Amino acid sequence: MHVFSFILAAMTPYHFSIALGGVVAGTVIGALPGLTATMAIAVLVPLTFSMSPTSALILMGAIYTGAIYGGAYSAILLKTPGTPSAIATTLDGYPMAKRGDGDLAVTLACISSVVGGLVGAAFLLALAPPLAKVALAFGPVEYFWLAIFGLTLISALSEGNLLKGLIGGCIGMLLTTIGVAEVSADIRFTFGSKTLIGGIEPVSALIGLYCIPVLIDLVATPARHLKVTSGNRGFRLREALSLSWRHKFNVLRSSVIGTIVGILPGAGGSIAGLVAYSEARRTSKHTDKFGTGEPEGVQASESANNATVGGGLIPTLVLGIPGTPPDAVILGALLVQGVRTGPNLFMGGESSIIYVFIAGLFLATLLMLPTGLMVGRYAYRFIITVPKAVLVPTVAFMTIIGTYAIRNNMSDVVIMIVLGAIGWILDRCGFKPSPIVLGLILSRIAEQGFVQGWTIGNARGSVFAEFFARPISAGIICFICVSLFYPIIARRWKLNKELQNDDK
Amino acid sequence: MKTFHKILFTAVAFAIVVTFGFISTASAEYPDKPVRYIIPFGPGGESDITARFQEPFFKEKFGQNLVIEYKPGGGGAVGWAQLNTMKGDGYVIMGTNLPHIIIKPLQKDVGFTTDDITNVYMFHYTPDAICVIDASPFKTVQDLIDFAKKNPGKVIFSGSGKGTANHLAQVNFDGMAGIKTTYVAFKGTGASVTALLGKQVTAEWGYTTVPAKYDGIRMLAVAMEKRHPVFPDVPTFRELGFDLVSGAYRGIAVPKSTPEDIRKKLAGMIDEINHDPAFIKKMEDNGFAMLNAPYGAKVDAFMAKQKKIISQAAKNAGIIK
Repeated sequence: MHVFSFILAAMTPYHFSIALGGVVAGTVIGALPGLTATMAIAVLVPLTFSMSPTSALILMGAIYTGAIYGGAYSAILLKTPGTPSAIATTLDGYPMAKRGDGDLAVTLACISSVVGGLVGAAFLLALAPPLAKVALAFGPVEYFWLAIFGLTLISALSEGNLLKGLIGGCIGMLLTTIGVAEVSADIRFTFGSKTLIGGIEPVSALIGLYCIPVLIDLVATPARHLKVTSGNRGFRLREALSLSWRHKFNVLRSSVIGTIVGILPGAGGSIAGLVAYSEARRTSKHTDKFGTGEPEGVQASESANNATVGGGLIPTLVLGIPGTPPDAVILGALLVQGVRTGPNLFMGGESSIIYVFIAGLFLATLLMLPTGLMVGRYAYRFIITVPKAVLVPTVAFMTIIGTYAIRNNMSDVVIMIVLGAIGWILDRCGFKPSPIVLGLILSRIAEQGFVQGWTIGNARGSVFAEFFARPISAGIICFICVSLFYPIIARRWKLNKELQNDDK
Repeated sequence: MKTFHKILFTAVAFAIVVTFGFISTASAEYPDKPVRYIIPFGPGGESDITARFQEPFFKEKFGQNLVIEYKPGGGGAVGWAQLNTMKGDGYVIMGTNLPHIIIKPLQKDVGFTTDDITNVYMFHYTPDAICVIDASPFKTVQDLIDFAKKNPGKVIFSGSGKGTANHLAQVNFDGMAGIKTTYVAFKGTGASVTALLGKQVTAEWGYTTVPAKYDGIRMLAVAMEKRHPVFPDVPTFRELGFDLVSGAYRGIAVPKSTPEDIRKKLAGMIDEINHDPAFIKKMEDNGFAMLNAPYGAKVDAFMAKQKKIISQAAKNAGIIK
């Protein structure tokens, strides 16, 4: 009976309307590059003061879920991730859109996001207190290795030329060193420039490196932005559903990966999407099709990033440690409301709050299916029907507003445009944006983990033992080796087989 | 029907907030429009959360919204460097943090000096404290000192960043107790506590806010003049014979061009909030310690004193020359 009572409590018309409003608002905000889930929630915090803690949580959860999904639109239709979480979605989403399957990609992203969100929320509901321990098992060294593991994914993202991919990754890593150093707090490589003191914000780099080259190409070529196929094909929901069913294991595996990465406080949706993507690519039957518009890639990335919503809330609510940046804002709002986080939240006392919230999160995630499809359809229609003369200035304007909004800082806009121009040239030379952005995001985590791990290792007497002898570290190192050498070994096997066949 | 009204009310309230943000009417009685409160850090941090605590009290007392904005970057430097370029009409205020505004300009040219910042009020601080997990073998500060004397460098402290209050406290305390410990800088208090709870470190140089927020953590001593009202059983360092009173101090500043009368009025308003019993209770329950240094002689004396203490500690820590 207890179960039904909190579902009923969540299903009031008021909660229903804030969940609906939150998802729609979140989706639109997430679709605009630069406007992130963190900002969307932060702006809304004052509004939640007049609400009960439960309603406030449901509203914030709904916006968060919507924003993470919304990032897929611009990733698919403009090759620009609306939020960092959607980086991996661009890899196959944009090629799909390019060949006229943009509507299918958007619908597929919607279904995958809903599944991912549901899986994440289910883990939050059923296993939050034990799973929160995962967040504590990861120390600095583990984050260092996790970041290195992430960097090995460059081999999966470099679209053909591994060497250029690695060079791109190094460019990204070098860019991170500008500004205030991660651990030592020194100000480095600013060359006396005030513009560079704030460093290079990953999101502004993301917008510059992905979006500006697309805009330049739009202006430079007479062809239409996306291929348009005639006739009304609706949502292509049936097609998307059957694809989702065929790749159900991919979607579920990606959702679980997303949940676990979400639990880790040092890693967010971008890493979840990338790890899920590379796993999907590795286990798929047609690995070579990834990067050319393979639906499985979109499914992996989108289900994983939405699973981080529920996953990230696990340490947030159980330990008071935010799993992802938006969770930090949610946590702050809860403190103001007077709700103390901790395992007790899940055991009685204030338990109803948390369970009504989780029920609300399920509700919001389910509402994302109809609203996501509708909003997605309008976004797709807009992008394919609007003339280039309108599309380019609109998007250009949005990138500037979005970049400014990240930190309310003009310097970021300047950096974004300069990086965009450099990115366009690099793109011409075969250096793709994904490895650069990956280097930019991961080297922060790697540097922190390395310096902290080194200091702790020295104090304990052995840096070597600190880095290599801890069980989780050793496990991640194994993954790194597999990720690095699997393609080479696989190719050799294939070659051997072909040779044997030739012999016959 | 009631729900509908609630939604309508929220929508209307939101519309009003947005409209007022853009329309600046001729000034009648300050404040007659929302005040922008700029936090030079990202959302979700401690500076943000304390501003959120103040927000509803400001609205209730003065009828205007406090609109919180973020301008993170350079460990706060980006925001502070821009403060004096903003409009000095009393509708822009910015959070300031110690030791940041003292140490940053001493390290390098960051676009502002400590004296460029017009502080109108210093309102609270999070006192430094040594935190351990409940299961830790250290019951008192003496236990920790004894262990550290036998094992130099083996006590590993996590703390929030380098050159922060936590770091300076560690350096100062090591000097006072004659011990050598290892300090590992983490990004913010959250990450530093995570390392403590995950047993990556022996103890944490944290704040009194830490045990107020997280389960399973206790403090060995706090760097306050008197014991913290919420933790009456935890001794101060002074009681134990170490003259350590320190922490992360917070206040607000205005652009230099802000007229004198508005500075004073603003200080008076903050003072009113800072003396509201409900506000004090909320702050103290969350582990903060109150401080009242309003504009004028008091804040000047406070800053002069801190400048001396902090720059000396930063020298000892090797952060500045």
